[in-house]
Amino acid sequence: MDKKLISIDEVTIRFAGDSGDGMQLCGTQFSDTSAAFGQEVNTFPDYPSEIRAPEGTLYGVSAYQVHVGNRNINTPGDRIDVLVAMNASSLKVSLKNVIKGGILIVNRAGFVEKQLKLAKYESNPLVDNSLNEYSVIDIDITAKVQEILKGTTLTPKHISRTKNIFALGFSYWLYSLPLAQTEKWLQKKFGKKPAIFEANMMVLKAGYEYGENSEDIKYRYKINKADLAPGNYRNITGNEAAALGLIAAAQKANLPLFLGSYPITPATEILHHLSGHKNFSVVHLQAEDEIAGIASAIGAAYAGSLSSTSTSGPGLALKVEALGLAVMLEIPLVIVDVMRAGPSTGLPTKTEQSDLNLAIYGRHGEAPIPVIAAQSASDCFQMAFEASRIALKYMTPVILLTDGYLGQSTEPWRVPDVSTLPDLTPVFHTEKGYQPYHRNPDTLARDWAIPGTPGLEHRIGGLEKEDLTGNVSHDTANHEKMVHYRQDKVDGITQDIPPCEILGEQEGDLLVLAWGSSYGAIKTAYEKLREEGKKLSYLHLKYLNPLPADLGDVLKRFKRILLPEINLGQLANIIRSKYLINIEQFNKVQGTTFKSYEIEEKVNEMLEKGGN
Amino acid sequence: MVTLVDNINDMSIATGTNYTAKDFKSDADVRWCAGCGGYSILAQAQRVLAGLGIPKERIVFVSGIGCSSRFPYYMDVYGFHSIHGRALPIASGIKVSRPELSVWVATGDGDCMSIGGNHFIHTLRRNIDINILMFNNEVYALTKGQASPTSKVGQITKTTQLGSIDNQFNPVGLALGSGGTFVARTFDADVKHMQYLYERAAAHKGTAFVEIYTNCVVFNDSTFSEFTDRETKKERTVLLEHGKPLIYGVNNDKGIKLDGFTPVAVSLDDGIHSVDDLLVHNEKDSTLAFILANMTYSDTLPRPYGVFQAIDKPRYEENIHLQIQDQIKIKGEGNLQKLLLGDEYWEIKN
Repeated sequence: MDKKLISIDEVTIRFAGDSGDGMQLCGTQFSDTSAAFGQEVNTFPDYPSEIRAPEGTLYGVSAYQVHVGNRNINTPGDRIDVLVAMNASSLKVSLKNVIKGGILIVNRAGFVEKQLKLAKYESNPLVDNSLNEYSVIDIDITAKVQEILKGTTLTPKHISRTKNIFALGFSYWLYSLPLAQTEKWLQKKFGKKPAIFEANMMVLKAGYEYGENSEDIKYRYKINKADLAPGNYRNITGNEAAALGLIAAAQKANLPLFLGSYPITPATEILHHLSGHKNFSVVHLQAEDEIAGIASAIGAAYAGSLSSTSTSGPGLALKVEALGLAVMLEIPLVIVDVMRAGPSTGLPTKTEQSDLNLAIYGRHGEAPIPVIAAQSASDCFQMAFEASRIALKYMTPVILLTDGYLGQSTEPWRVPDVSTLPDLTPVFHTEKGYQPYHRNPDTLARDWAIPGTPGLEHRIGGLEKEDLTGNVSHDTANHEKMVHYRQDKVDGITQDIPPCEILGEQEGDLLVLAWGSSYGAIKTAYEKLREEGKKLSYLHLKYLNPLPADLGDVLKRFKRILLPEINLGQLANIIRSKYLINIEQFNKVQGTTFKSYEIEEKVNEMLEKGGN
Repeated sequence: MVTLVDNINDMSIATGTNYTAKDFKSDADVRWCAGCGGYSILAQAQRVLAGLGIPKERIVFVSGIGCSSRFPYYMDVYGFHSIHGRALPIASGIKVSRPELSVWVATGDGDCMSIGGNHFIHTLRRNIDINILMFNNEVYALTKGQASPTSKVGQITKTTQLGSIDNQFNPVGLALGSGGTFVARTFDADVKHMQYLYERAAAHKGTAFVEIYTNCVVFNDSTFSEFTDRETKKERTVLLEHGKPLIYGVNNDKGIKLDGFTPVAVSLDDGIHSVDDLLVHNEKDSTLAFILANMTYSDTLPRPYGVFQAIDKPRYEENIHLQIQDQIKIKGEGNLQKLLLGDEYWEIKN
């Protein structure tokens, strides 16, 4: 059949179904295929918080959103263009985010009486005209797979489980994508079970051919390849990227890697990944609590490891006292805080940027700690590496802020050539005449000698140290001197970080200033607004303590500064108090990052109103 | 992969271990009160460590907060005076990352049983090869006299002016309940026995817990005197020795026998009982260890001391390094470039 082929720039597809319907698999396969084809991709999984929610319920819906396109794909998509809904509940949960006129691919078999009831539908939306504003592709996928696999050795249960593969095959047809990537994956997964491999391939192809042969379907779409830098790419989540960043840093530092950590949502995958790479000599301790997590990491750092702990807000709160110890000891330590909505238990699976104050200020005493933040999933690799570099060079704990959104979302990552990663090897002091608090005059980092070094036995701890010797000192003048040393050391890092990189005009009327995971939405909005000819500039901060040396001058070059944050204005307050300038806040705390259209609307509103 | 830490370890192989106790004394002035039990605990540690044959640079003392926790400053080895309650996880991080080090913890009943209680039970559960010397003076002394988890019921302190109404922790029982593989008790005044236990603790592979009854001359003076005074010690304590019957009394005329699971005191002069009726100690018998630990706060039975339990169990730090070696054998030494690429990468060409 001849179908009209429509060329488009981007599409957002959401695969939604029951927890057991294999929607995560659909989503990851679609995004892998699209990425391997050469498109830009960004994804976000949306699992139910229940581990095994009852079948067919609204709270048991599992979804995976994929945004693909030929350029400027920085988010999993604001709104859904195509919804694959395997049952009534998944339609109900996701429909509100589908654009009017969007495509609904539904499995008719998931809209029988029982499922409609569980989804709290009074009538069947497939027949009651309530979906008239959408383009509905209604297939009885359950019947289709039964028909395709009739006569095979597969059990009815196994047959039913291939429904998602049918939907996937159809989606590939609809967006003119090849089956090869998924075929390769199926081969790998079911290589030892040829019957199951064959069955899945039959269903995948049948889904594809259904599009080709169905008379009801008149269009299919095509998205061109993106203009990507050549190289090797893979999809990666922020949590895995952070774990790999730590491993890479340890290798480049010639140090063993230690992770002391306690399971906590949404940071746990960092512990999973690091504990799974034993052949990289990663030593981990799943501690009895958050405090023991950081305390064991402090012990390992003292003993000469590149040491780290991973956590989320409630855990960071528990680690605060030990952070003060790490500041006093002046030892290298990386703390990864995958932020979530607080306070208290809050919304564990929802994202927020609300630990910034805790990271920068949350200690008793004058206890400065460098704080840096990743801006995208793959950037978690670079920033974990960077946190390690700063920690080792300056002998200091460093807090890396990521968040639940970055931790779970995936994007293609251009894998670096490891030979291009900088060397981080520290110097262990081994000469006689060691003074534990003698400092490098350039960095103010103290000299590091580890247990095992003959003749350099010394004592350190949480009591104030005498300058140079490190002996316990209650001399108050010495205390003041040491407080300044610790502050000056952290402030001095500003000389060692890149200057502000402003997108757009270097001075002007409006600067959007942001940090962390807001990057994707703001970058998308920024590109769009610039294409429309709007005048605005964008500066994304990755170093939050200390801030870039030229930030004060940069901010003074703009008439208005907009600072969107997923909190009530934590960075805005820091910027105001440091530079005594006006900041216009844009805040949201709804457990998700910004949508790019929200940024667009806000910027347009500011541009229309003009001046202050 | 050979790391910088391996290079440091190589340096220490050539050093001798021909020490005297003096080699373990640091320059710092000892600042405990005159008459504090800590002096004896420190002196015995210096004496015993000198004879262990371990290079000084491979010994690390870690402490938390409290009078006991000043200990590392007085030892000329690697020392780490940390924060309240956290000595054990810090020591765990040191030992797990550097199994070649000899790691010791000096702690007290407040530091270890109260604020650090959770770390205590889990360190013993993992059986990390750390030697814990717990100074038990049954009071918070550095904060000038408040009830601790081991204070006696009825004890008058600044926070229990009408007498403590908290029940008393039994540290040996807690250690056994946590799966402790070496659990022992001694007294600050019993110099020889303390030395013996230090040697045993150092030789034991796995967590060694030594509870040391420590006199606090200022805030809880003489609280253990019935167990340490020459006149009463023989009647009020019983020494546990592996393979030997439990005999005590000024004239060695009393003993402990088991009545079912209940230990009872018997006279060896009553014409009924003989040494053959007595309980014979077995350090490898965990059930027995619990029974003996339960004698601790009995009014009628003598206070047991010595090694309650010495058994062998796997150690976390050994197993994790074994897993690492195994994985390297199976998968080969990690290749960073391959790790970063993962299994599912693709190439974008020009």
